[in-house]
Amino acid sequence: MSQTLKLSETLATAPIKVQARNVNVFYGAKQALMGIDLDIPEHHVTSLIGPSGCGKTTFLRCINRMNDIIDGCRVEGSITIDGMDIYAKNQDVVQLRARVGMVFQKPNPFPKSIYENIAYGPRIHGMAVNKKQLDDIVMDSLARAGLINEVKDRLDSPGTGLSGGQQQRLCIARAIAVKPELILMDEPCSALDPIATAKVEELIDELREHFTIVIVTHSMQQAARVSQRTAFFHMGELVETGSTEQIFTNPKDTRTQAYITGRIG
Amino acid sequence: MVSDHIVKSFDDELNSLVNMIAEMGGLAESQLADAISALSRRDETLASSVIVQDARLDALETDIDAQVIRMLALRQPQALDLRAVIVALKISAELERIGDYAKNVAKRTLTLMQAAAVGTASNTIVRMGAIAGSMISNVIDAYLNADIVKAEEVRARDHDVDQMHTSLFRELLTYMMEDPRNITACTHLLFIAKNIERIGDHVTNIAENVHFLVAGQIPGHDRPKSDFSSSTIINMEDNAP
Repeated sequence: MSQTLKLSETLATAPIKVQARNVNVFYGAKQALMGIDLDIPEHHVTSLIGPSGCGKTTFLRCINRMNDIIDGCRVEGSITIDGMDIYAKNQDVVQLRARVGMVFQKPNPFPKSIYENIAYGPRIHGMAVNKKQLDDIVMDSLARAGLINEVKDRLDSPGTGLSGGQQQRLCIARAIAVKPELILMDEPCSALDPIATAKVEELIDELREHFTIVIVTHSMQQAARVSQRTAFFHMGELVETGSTEQIFTNPKDTRTQAYITGRIG
Repeated sequence: MVSDHIVKSFDDELNSLVNMIAEMGGLAESQLADAISALSRRDETLASSVIVQDARLDALETDIDAQVIRMLALRQPQALDLRAVIVALKISAELERIGDYAKNVAKRTLTLMQAAAVGTASNTIVRMGAIAGSMISNVIDAYLNADIVKAEEVRARDHDVDQMHTSLFRELLTYMMEDPRNITACTHLLFIAKNIERIGDHVTNIAENVHFLVAGQIPGHDRPKSDFSSSTIINMEDNAP
């Protein structure tokens, strides 16, 4: 069976992990997102693309309620994960942020050892009953992040001593150590060189077997390479969603076409 | 109306591709017209010139290929730009083949000039050639104007070329059966007719590429096929006096 056929079959049958309906977001009086309806399929990579200020990062940060910490930010509408409303009154935000991990544009390892960077989350969530279990979690996360061979002999050295690409993979390892279901990535490669970028993209490809990934990226080539679904945002609106292949070969909306082909829109 | 790219040189490169295709199309059309004219007027000089001029079509195809590769590598074109680049690559290959067929017609014309004319087959061939020539012109117009309707009309016109080929085939077989001295000339004419029929097929391929360029989808392969020469048999008894 051809690659294309396989992918469209798995996309068509994938359950929806995150469902956003009529999401409006305001920063004070300014409306940043307007009536967003978006489904994020499980075990696939969805990329959010669009020009600066279009609202894609704002939307991403809704999914783990990072917008809660911004003064004056108001989120309306519904966002559910596995059918459960994450903005419900009884939702534990800390738990949510363990289920929904996040990786940021600038790698931000803790000022701790490599080991402690990974162990911190599982420890405070009570995920290990003894040191051996914690060690296993740390080693497993580093292995999944493709970092283990590079750091196994210096787990006690500072996380900040790693190269940019390694730091980012450390942050990914840290995110997956608490066994999230979703990983949100906000331009994870924009501070990395091409080889480090390629390693992170390869990692994203491997990770989607176990996680659902949503990635905001300025690079359309990256969106085209790593994602299976793409959502194009423009001035707070979700203009078009589709399979990545369709968006980049035959988009339906002229605004989408103008953006991805580098035309004045 | 699609707006310009922010980076102007991208537009310049796309326009240069379009211009090269237009030039190739014009050249292919005139090559065919000259080859047919050389046949009907028994013009040796013109036929020789067609053979020599084919090198210009080959050179244009090489230039277009190089430009396409360059643009794919350096621009990573998407959506309609990607289709524009790919279609230019495909159309240039079709036009180069059309040029080769026109050259082959010219070559056989030179050979035929050493034989006597046979029946009215040449007139039919000249008419076939004129239709094929107008198809080339129309399909290039359709390409330049992103005109799907015109492209579809060109596709449909190939029906006429195919029909003429089928009836020519029968006609030439008849001449050969009437008099074996006609066989050499008729065989060459058969090949010439076949070359023109193939030109028609290549033009319909170009029309399908224009459809893909504009609509983003390849059109269905349901055009009527009217060349039945491959199943034509004429028995001696059919032509008994």
